[in-house]
Amino acid sequence: MDADAPLLAVDNLTITLPAGRGRTVDIVENVSFRLDGAEIMGLVGESGSGKSMSALAIMGLIDAPGARIAGSIRFRGRELIGLDRRALRALRGAEIAMIFQDPMTALTPVHTVGWQIDEQLRAHQPLSRAGARARTVELLGEMGVPDPRRAADRYPHQLSGGLRQRAMIAMALSCNPSLLIADEPTTALDVTVQAQILDLLRRLRQDFGSSILLITHDMGVVAETCDRTTVLYSGNVAEHGPTDALFRQPAHPYTAALLDSIPPLRGTRPRRLPSIPGAPPAPSARPPGCPFQPRCAYGHVACETRPSLLPIGAQQVACVLPAEGRALPPRAVLSA
Amino acid sequence: MIGAVLRRLGQTVLVLFGISVLVFLVFFATPGADPTARIAGRNASPETVAAIRHQYGFDRPLPIQYLHLMDRLFITRDLASYVDHGEKVVPEVARAAPVTLSLVGGAAVIWVTVSILIGTIAAAARGSVLDRALMMAGLVGISIPVFWLGEVANLITQSRFHTSWMFSWVPPLGYVPLQDGLWAWASHLIIPWCTLAVLFIGLYGRVLRADLVAASGEDFMRTARAKGLSETRVMLFHGLRTSLITFVSLFGLDFAQLVGGGALLTEVVFGLGGVGRLTYQGLVNLDLPLIMATVMYSAVFVVVANAVVDLFYLLLDPRVRDGR
Amino acid sequence: MTARTRTHGPWAVALRSLSRMPSAIASASVLLLLVILSAGAPFYAAHIAHTDPFESDVAGTITLHGADIPVMQPNNNRLHLGLTPIGPTWVPSADLLGADSQGRDVAARLLYGGRNSLLISSCAALLCIVLAATVGICAGFFGGIVDILLSRMMDIMWAIPVYLFAISLSIVTVSHGLRIGPISIRSDSLLLPICIIALVYVPYAARPIRGRVMSLRQSEFVLAARCLGASRRRILLRDILPNVSTTLIVLAPLVMALALLAESALSFLSIGVQAPAASWGTIIQDGQGLIYTRPWVAIAPGLAIVITVLALNVLGDALRDALDVRETSRRSGA
Repeated sequence: MDADAPLLAVDNLTITLPAGRGRTVDIVENVSFRLDGAEIMGLVGESGSGKSMSALAIMGLIDAPGARIAGSIRFRGRELIGLDRRALRALRGAEIAMIFQDPMTALTPVHTVGWQIDEQLRAHQPLSRAGARARTVELLGEMGVPDPRRAADRYPHQLSGGLRQRAMIAMALSCNPSLLIADEPTTALDVTVQAQILDLLRRLRQDFGSSILLITHDMGVVAETCDRTTVLYSGNVAEHGPTDALFRQPAHPYTAALLDSIPPLRGTRPRRLPSIPGAPPAPSARPPGCPFQPRCAYGHVACETRPSLLPIGAQQVACVLPAEGRALPPRAVLSA
Repeated sequence: MIGAVLRRLGQTVLVLFGISVLVFLVFFATPGADPTARIAGRNASPETVAAIRHQYGFDRPLPIQYLHLMDRLFITRDLASYVDHGEKVVPEVARAAPVTLSLVGGAAVIWVTVSILIGTIAAAARGSVLDRALMMAGLVGISIPVFWLGEVANLITQSRFHTSWMFSWVPPLGYVPLQDGLWAWASHLIIPWCTLAVLFIGLYGRVLRADLVAASGEDFMRTARAKGLSETRVMLFHGLRTSLITFVSLFGLDFAQLVGGGALLTEVVFGLGGVGRLTYQGLVNLDLPLIMATVMYSAVFVVVANAVVDLFYLLLDPRVRDGR
Repeated sequence: MTARTRTHGPWAVALRSLSRMPSAIASASVLLLLVILSAGAPFYAAHIAHTDPFESDVAGTITLHGADIPVMQPNNNRLHLGLTPIGPTWVPSADLLGADSQGRDVAARLLYGGRNSLLISSCAALLCIVLAATVGICAGFFGGIVDILLSRMMDIMWAIPVYLFAISLSIVTVSHGLRIGPISIRSDSLLLPICIIALVYVPYAARPIRGRVMSLRQSEFVLAARCLGASRRRILLRDILPNVSTTLIVLAPLVMALALLAESALSFLSIGVQAPAASWGTIIQDGQGLIYTRPWVAIAPGLAIVITVLALNVLGDALRDALDVRETSRRSGA
């Protein structure tokens, strides 16, 4: 393993799915980002922007017949694309773990929560049944599950949504993974439980030193949790940068519009929240130029060619505006 | 808990009572089913008919007749057939039951094993040529009339290829009890087992594959794969384990119906004196005591099987256990 | 989305996707061929085989390769006892598939049997679907006590093995026919097996229909129609029925497959189609006694049943895919 290599480096990831009758469609196009140790990065975008697909590609879980994955995904310098199934399986769950959106449907309904955590532990570590259970109970306790011994013997439907998600996280963390991918971990939860889970994720970095790739559509969650943020739009990276900088001065019109659509906490309330006109293009009908151009207030002739990622300060942006010397101004209101 | 069991028992008795009344009425109220005429024979004199009517109690009110019948069926158990020289029907059913149980039990073992294999393999190889071939074979299995398949099996194993090494072990048609030796019992039943199992292999294999394919799109299957488990383990411990719930409920119904006489075509073709054939004989002769006995036996089985299926449900699905 | 010049209705879309399925085309062609063949039964009997397949012809002869051969041939056993009908000659003019124990041309009887088998199973399927639709739509749409009563009734029918149920009804009616008030059905009428088979499979078809209606009744477009003040009648006719029709169409070939199997079983037990009329089941029954000497008498009609039922099942699967109907139906009976 390469000691200097970043924990996760995704380069020019392109995911192509068959769209029937011999046609194909690129769900994700040339997406690149990297993640260092003990870092939380947000992957933001609306539904259909390709964020979950990218995560599944990292896990090697895209099994749709005819799917093609091009580019490179390196974990500690080791290429994951094309890695044989056995090696990938040893990595999955042990080094890279994932938690999913809906903890009700993501746990097998016919096994107890403890059984499912034991199963993951024993798949990767030479543990006895009793040893695995002891570790499970310990993990559940660390995740803030009250009475973990009894909770382990419960079935998923017998636990509340928050407890289920804690069990899910306990399961994901059971083998001390260095990378945790969290796909919308709070979307299906109540607001109060949401805050607790986010708090738990933040503590994971301190207590376990895990890096987290947090996939969400919620800018508020990103602002609270993430060190850096990557904004996806229609399968392409729109902008990338430290969360503070990105929120203070978004460089991509899409990021700016996303942030504008959050209701401000202070100051006068706008009569009507600004919204982005239109809808994101279907992957099959993506324009050849900038994918955001049809909805962009700044769209012009230069947008007819696909912009590449350009550095601006600490950020990187796929937009021609900064290069043309017309960078967007800093935002007046700081949200949250 | 005890309340639930008692309620269940009450329901069972009520269902059995309903079925017995229904059968009693159908075979007494239907024109041409007058049992007196049957017992008396074709050219009986009016005096004989009247005597028989009185002797068998057909001149009494229907409720009394019904109670009398039930008494002789369940309490004294000396109910006699109207046609078959007054043969006692309860021992007759008791003799037929092990034949049917042997036939259906063996076939069930075959069809459950093979259909789980086929369904799992087809689901794992989803979309491949193997998957399509297996599912097509299943459809063919569903499309074959079982009595015809039995005839063809007899033709092959009893006549055409009986002298070849493959089927020289096949004994003549008929049933040999298990007490006469395991091999004697099994060898008489292997061909009927396979014949009866074909339909259900096709049916269950297809149902299981569809369930497994539907399950493979579930979130928990993705979670299981994300845990780094092997494909086989994901398929068996998460996919198959969840799909087994529907499988078991199907199985309970089919098994009960077959044991309750639904396998009569197979029994007829292979010359097995099981409950299905007995029921059929009773029906053909409009032999009310025999019909009554076999139907009650069958109903008891269906009801018991339903209870067993419910029990399995509890074991297999924790959500049912909590009444959800 | 890009502008499309014409939008296609759901039926047109389904028909187009059906026409692209090789399995649908193949099974529909097989069924059409079977219908044409059995429709041509009288022509085959009169002009190709030159026999009357309903007349016993034990003393007859056939002309094969210029020689006259008796239809019933002496046995090869030591005592030359008894007669065995002639086996398949593979010549259409001379008992193509051989003769049965009464010297009748099996091939011609097979075609005539096909007429009855196909007629009974299609009529039974139609009647069954109509009855089941009535029951299912009533139970699903009106709910409450209607639903409870109808569903319990279906459950009780469902608890009895299908074939035993059909056999009981057949035996009770087969000797004297059926007389209920003004309706009178003769015991040799094809209406008897049609009605009996249709009746026993009503629970099988009614359950998915009821489920579909229940889910439709709770769907948002029905809620919308109700909010707009549409009458129950209008909702039933304009919103529910058109959407249930896909379920009915998918069920039709599957029920017909079951009906064909049930008909053959009843006829095999001599309580379905009555002699001298033939169906595939009765021919198998005729062939049972000849199974070791002249197996083709029983094999041929069995193959015909398998091919027909398989084609119907394949067609049902294709329709299910094309019309995107999710309800799972199942069957039982052995």
